[in-house]
Amino acid sequence: MSAILVLDDITVSFDGFKALDRLYLAVDEGELRCIIGPNGAGKTTMMDVVTGKTRPDKGKALFRQEVNLAMLSEAEIAREGIGRKFQKPTVFEQLSVMENLELALSGPRGILRALRFRPSPREKERMEEVLATVGLLESGERSAGELSHGQKQWLEIGMLLAQEPGILLLDEPVAGMTDAETAKTAELFRSLAGKHTLVVVEHDMDFVAALGGKVTVMAEGRVLSEGSLAEVQADERVIESYLGR
Amino acid sequence: MPEALSQLPSRKTIRHFLSWFAGISMVLVPLLRLLPETTFLHPSDYTVTWLGKIICYMVLALSLDLVWGLAGILSLGHGLFFALGGYAFGMYLMRSIGRDGVYQSDLPDFMVFLDWKELPWYWTGTQHFAWAAILAIALPSAVAFVFGFFAFRSRIKGVYFSIITQALTFAAMLLFFRNETGFGGNNGFTDFKRILGYDITAPTTRTILFMLSAILLSAALWGSSLLARTRFGRILTAVRDAEARLRFCGYEPLGFKLAIWTLSAGLAGLAGALYVPQVGIINPSEMSAANSIEVAIWVAVGGRGSLVGPLAGAGIVNVGKSWLTATVPDLWLYALGFLFILVTLFLPHGVVGLVGRLSSSRSTPGGKA
Repeated sequence: MSAILVLDDITVSFDGFKALDRLYLAVDEGELRCIIGPNGAGKTTMMDVVTGKTRPDKGKALFRQEVNLAMLSEAEIAREGIGRKFQKPTVFEQLSVMENLELALSGPRGILRALRFRPSPREKERMEEVLATVGLLESGERSAGELSHGQKQWLEIGMLLAQEPGILLLDEPVAGMTDAETAKTAELFRSLAGKHTLVVVEHDMDFVAALGGKVTVMAEGRVLSEGSLAEVQADERVIESYLGR
Repeated sequence: MPEALSQLPSRKTIRHFLSWFAGISMVLVPLLRLLPETTFLHPSDYTVTWLGKIICYMVLALSLDLVWGLAGILSLGHGLFFALGGYAFGMYLMRSIGRDGVYQSDLPDFMVFLDWKELPWYWTGTQHFAWAAILAIALPSAVAFVFGFFAFRSRIKGVYFSIITQALTFAAMLLFFRNETGFGGNNGFTDFKRILGYDITAPTTRTILFMLSAILLSAALWGSSLLARTRFGRILTAVRDAEARLRFCGYEPLGFKLAIWTLSAGLAGLAGALYVPQVGIINPSEMSAANSIEVAIWVAVGGRGSLVGPLAGAGIVNVGKSWLTATVPDLWLYALGFLFILVTLFLPHGVVGLVGRLSSSRSTPGGKA
């Protein structure tokens, strides 16, 4: 398998504090990768670098081996095929669920096209499909602001899917979800893996276990350990970093 | 807490509103104007001009709602665009005075007074109505485009953006106060005589200017309602609610913000261009900081984001202003401030929200909160 995303020697510092310190991380195509680590390990900063929100001081971020993400704007990176879900569910609250998806739908992003845009039958079908995938089929006409916290998380995931990205970055996707919702989300992610590449930052270890993918442990801006959940949990350095400070 | 925003009214509501408005302003008022002046029902020149002025204010309020209501960009400098449109068209009106001024010169009186021998270069072509009309839209649009490009590109948002727009209009006011700027200094332009050869104070001219204002308002409202319902309109809503999310969806907000911002400034300029021949004067006080803040109050009072609300707000506040400044002038600013506080505290969705709430509680007993 080939790596879809490679972070090579990435360093980001904020006022002298190294949020990422010569980070190296490679994610394979179709993989379901979990990133865990204590607070301040640099997980969110890593996502900021990949999505263009933060520029690295040093290092390369390569998407599909050729696109250097460090040179592109947030919107350009999104158009390249990297979707991101925020830690706090962020949807367009005043718009309906369907309209949220419609905005996310892959396609031209220009102003003139936006004036004339009408979803084609194929696109409508696609939106219905996404709604079904995230379990919001009944809620298409509701305004997104009325959804429950968990439903907003799903809508945001649905928006990522509508974008048809090559890779989905998900920052704490089950934060604030009930156990049943969490289980359903784990199932959804497992079904998406293979077709999509997923990178999940999560604190909830049960959820990480339920996803069952490869786990990367970050601490102090570096990768501390990588492997299956059982392997990293047995790793001395990981135990130390979580407990030893 | 959700932002204080009103719902976009349905197409049907807009159609209803427009047919009533057009019926009154383009049929009823002109017909009543045909009655003999002695009749009680005949609207005086003063009344028609006053109504025309308020309609221009309504267009200005609508232009602010396009950016503040739809895209969440609060401008506290829209008075500048309005005034620029007014000045651009005012140049034509000044040139139309011809040799009928006090000094009987080809130059406007204030230039003779300053001992200028010829028109500054930027007055070129302003003797033509069409060029002045184009300028009235293009000048505020261009200023808005350049300012907006740098502000939006630097991702200046929220209250910072609002304060800079205040500074912009204030700086422009100081510039226009100077005689050397070539726009009549603190007196501005006045003593207009004619427009397209017609006497500017003639009753028919006044009726026509009033009707043109009404047409502009109708077209602008109709267009805004259409625009708000396109994907472009939904992208503006997205800019307002979660701009970062929009970026990660692959949109560059810059172009969209710049487009609506420039369009809004052009519309404000057009309103200013119709305002000046009706009130007969334009001077730098139109660019004062307080003026622009007042426009934001109209929009808030009427109901931000509802397109028709700001029109109601502009109407209510200005009718109140005319009445109070005529009876107890000292009270006006207190009343305006009090109204603003009242609306902020108790009517977050403005007058339109209140009307909506009353009508829905009547149709469904108990109503929704």
